[in-house]
Amino acid sequence: MHHIISIKDFGRDEIDALLKKAHNIQSMGSYKRTLTGKLVALLFFEPSTRTRMSFASALSRLGGDAITVDSIEGSSISKGETLADTVRVVSSYVDAIVLRHPKEGAARLASEFSSVPVINAGDGAGQHPSQTLLDLYTIKENMPLDNIDVGLLGDLRYGRTAHSLSYALSNYDVRLHTIAPKGLEIPQWLSKELSERGMKIIEHHSVEDAIKDLDVLYATRIQRERFPDSASYSRIAHSYRITPKTLDGVRENLILLHPLPRAGEIDPRVDSLPYAKYFRQAENGIPVRMAMLEEVML
Amino acid sequence: MTKNEQKPEKGLLISPIENGTVIDHINAGEALKVLRILGVTGFTKEALSIATNVRSNLSLKKKDIVKISDRELSKEEVNRIALISPNATINIIRDYKVVEKVGVEVPKVLVGVVKCPNPGCITNSDEPIETKFEVVNGTLHCVYCDNIITSDIADYII
Ligand SMILES: [Zn+2]
Repeated sequence: MHHIISIKDFGRDEIDALLKKAHNIQSMGSYKRTLTGKLVALLFFEPSTRTRMSFASALSRLGGDAITVDSIEGSSISKGETLADTVRVVSSYVDAIVLRHPKEGAARLASEFSSVPVINAGDGAGQHPSQTLLDLYTIKENMPLDNIDVGLLGDLRYGRTAHSLSYALSNYDVRLHTIAPKGLEIPQWLSKELSERGMKIIEHHSVEDAIKDLDVLYATRIQRERFPDSASYSRIAHSYRITPKTLDGVRENLILLHPLPRAGEIDPRVDSLPYAKYFRQAENGIPVRMAMLEEVML
Repeated sequence: MTKNEQKPEKGLLISPIENGTVIDHINAGEALKVLRILGVTGFTKEALSIATNVRSNLSLKKKDIVKISDRELSKEEVNRIALISPNATINIIRDYKVVEKVGVEVPKVLVGVVKCPNPGCITNSDEPIETKFEVVNGTLHCVYCDNIITSDIADYII
């Protein structure tokens, strides 16, 4: 049985195959209803409307049906049932489970107790492979994944999307530029692991230092709660904000990505510039999630 | 070291056991941790002798020794000891004779030995699973949450 738990479980060939599958689905125009008759449980133990909707939409475009469990209150789950028990029972009702859970490693655990494939739709501060795959997909839509300069901007210490994207990119020939406020730099264990995998990592202290060398700038949210007070937050947030001026003289092919929702990292005036690809990136969530659902159920 | 210092130790510490396991060359001061790793407590049935800070015959370094009567530890069990005492040796004793003497080696996977330090890890909630760590270059990677333990491994031993 094939689960999708962590991007770390994927080698380069497997990632490429999934991206190609997504591309084929998207370029078909009309969708083949390959999952007609299949039933999927969307088990959401923490709210994430966007991720849930995109999985539901992807599934329905393939002809499948969803049972959604996102109201945990009042259900047996809030009465202290273990995730293991829930998954054991629910997996007997459906053909696959899409799981969102606040605890890290929850999806791995679920895969051990489930009798059907499990797709991780985000576990706590841990893995979120569908986000990473759609990030890669959007880059690949614009340029080859080899011999490029990718900048990661924002909270690189706690930001899980940045972690799994950087890990996935280490399968390719990518130079990684890290741009993070003090205290939110990429963790040492991760940069060590990435270097061991042959990735070149270049540290920067401001967007301006890096941006002219980049093919991709991936901005992530800088969360207010990481800072001691709102004054220091707004000072930092302001200096990491991308405006039309920041983009003066950048590489012509530069693309700007953000996993959305944004919190002021990108000035809305940037939206109309050709570099802005973050709405396209969100849109790409559908074909990528369709490919993931097909991958585990067909 | 004078002979007088050695003598009482000899009688007390090196008294042979009939059947069981002797774990020798444990890093000085680590014997109690070794017992913890092996799941041996005051409530389990084994007859135990523990010697700490013993002078080794071979070098000036001190070591700990643990003897467990009537229990032959499996290689898997003793390999956990390598996490804190990589130089330890295991002697299996039958009828007062050493029938097997092996060193310890760090296992590739540790199941139910170490607690994950990440409070957000699913293994720290009330789920019917054991912790699972992969051992990579002396660091432990949580199979569930990807958290890494690089030092003070003994602090996390369950
Ligand atoms: Zn863990």
